Amino acid sequence: MNAGAVMVKAEAVRKSYGRFEALRGVDIEVARGEVVVIVGASGSGKSTLLRCINHLEKIDGGLLWVNGELVGYQQKGDKLYELNDRNIARHRESIGVVFQHFNLFLNMTALENVMAGPLQVKKEKRDSARASAVQLLERVGLKDKADAYPAQLSGGQQQRVAIARALAMQPKLMLFDEPTSALDPELVKDVLDVMRDLAQQGMTMIVVTHEMGFAREVADRVVFMDEGAIVESGSAAEVISKPKHARTKAFMSKIL
Amino acid sequence: MNAQPGTHEEGGERVRAIPARHPGRWVATIVAAFVTILVVIGFATNKNIHWRVVGHYFSDNAILHGVVETLVLTALAMAIGVVLGIVLAVMRLSPVPLVSSVAWVYIWVFRGTPVLVQLLFWGAIALFTGQHPAVGLPLTHIVFFHVTINTYIGLFTAAVLGFGLNEAAYMAEIVRAGILSVGEGQTEAAQSIGMTRLQALRFVVLPQAMRVIIPPTGNETISMLKLTSVASVIAIPELLNVTETIGERTFQIIPLLMVASIWYLMMTSVLTVGQFYVERHYARSALRVLPPTPIQRFRALLSRNMLRARPEPPMFPLGREHR
Repeated sequence: MNAGAVMVKAEAVRKSYGRFEALRGVDIEVARGEVVVIVGASGSGKSTLLRCINHLEKIDGGLLWVNGELVGYQQKGDKLYELNDRNIARHRESIGVVFQHFNLFLNMTALENVMAGPLQVKKEKRDSARASAVQLLERVGLKDKADAYPAQLSGGQQQRVAIARALAMQPKLMLFDEPTSALDPELVKDVLDVMRDLAQQGMTMIVVTHEMGFAREVADRVVFMDEGAIVESGSAAEVISKPKHARTKAFMSKIL
Repeated sequence: MNAQPGTHEEGGERVRAIPARHPGRWVATIVAAFVTILVVIGFATNKNIHWRVVGHYFSDNAILHGVVETLVLTALAMAIGVVLGIVLAVMRLSPVPLVSSVAWVYIWVFRGTPVLVQLLFWGAIALFTGQHPAVGLPLTHIVFFHVTINTYIGLFTAAVLGFGLNEAAYMAEIVRAGILSVGEGQTEAAQSIGMTRLQALRFVVLPQAMRVIIPPTGNETISMLKLTSVASVIAIPELLNVTETIGERTFQIIPLLMVASIWYLMMTSVLTVGQFYVERHYARSALRVLPPTPIQRFRALLSRNMLRARPEPPMFPLGREHR
């Protein structure tokens, strides 16, 4: 496939947990530099889709490409060969993930969290890793918290460190899994500001969120998911303000 | 307590709060002090202890060698226990069924039989394998090499192996509990920045598991230090063996047992202090403020008592709500 303009491509992706079908054939294409916001009720498959894109979950059917490479598999002729741990890890380097519950490494300071990837995965020199980590912390407004442990930071600060940690690997794609859902309301803005900056700098982003204001302002496209499938997709104005589908209408009327 | 408007002055006058009385605590204190004095006098005046003999043998060369032997045996056994324990814990969590089964069976055997039995087995290993056991492929005639088991050198090695392999089974369960105590999110985050499962274990999961692993490991070390006394049954010259020998030779059994007890107490005390500081080090990831060290606590106590004889009872502003 042509990797030039397309960052993520999913074809009929399916995923089940036991009998529960989390994804029932999802097709989606995300262009390079595009910001896609996925909305939907809990259990609609939004998070599962993100986790599949990063191969934290193995898909049960369909095909999934990131940056022109199949996720978790290698195609030779008409056969797909599952990749080993090392190759999957190499693929993940170019995909940054920001989790709902931050998942900062609790045994490391903020600075060490940001340095961990460059040091252990990219085998960078300590000095240069430290210099770029300090820069990244400055970018998310937390330079003065470099030596704080996660337990000493507020949720909003932790999430911004988590974003810096993901950016330290110089990802081509950033996935955000409800990045503000676990935050106190007054801390949400700082995190969204950082994400908005990132979008303006041309980062390709897939964001699962309930922040409709952010979606209206930043999203190139809003995708509504329900029961493991994409129901409706279009500009923020179309999907949020004038939804066509009955299920989208019902969802929007509840949260707006 | 209510401030009555009208009967008191207007506004936030202050009222002294009186701490509750605890007569029961005074009774308990007196009883405990009485028992303590009895025990101390009993030990100090007991003629059978022969404190001068205790003092004489306390730093005896043979005893000191026994102390060193005990420490070396403890250190080696714990080293084997910790390293093999980590390997076994990781094996038990392996997705490969045979690998986790092997670890399970190992733990089952070594935890399920008394360490004394294992020690006697290792001590008599030559009877089990023969003097020159062959290493090769079983059920074939292929032999790589023959080993010579020297019964004398074998004894110390036997003790180290006996204690170490037994300890590994216990350490494996401790390490496994530690690994399981670290949330799956930490591994996922590590993988999301491109770490392999092994890297995630090494740099993220194990350092955090240490907080759960360290306290029981400290207890295991202290237990091991005392458990090494069992090695006297296979004639290892450790502390208890040496003191017993001297005691029987000089008919001073009780004084020499006192010597051994005091040495064991001193060694376990040092280990306990070490354990406190190691635990404190690994608590960083979970606590916002570290608990004070005993020295810090002592200093705080001193400075408080220097400034004023008794802590001041708290003062509550009252009557403000009636304005």
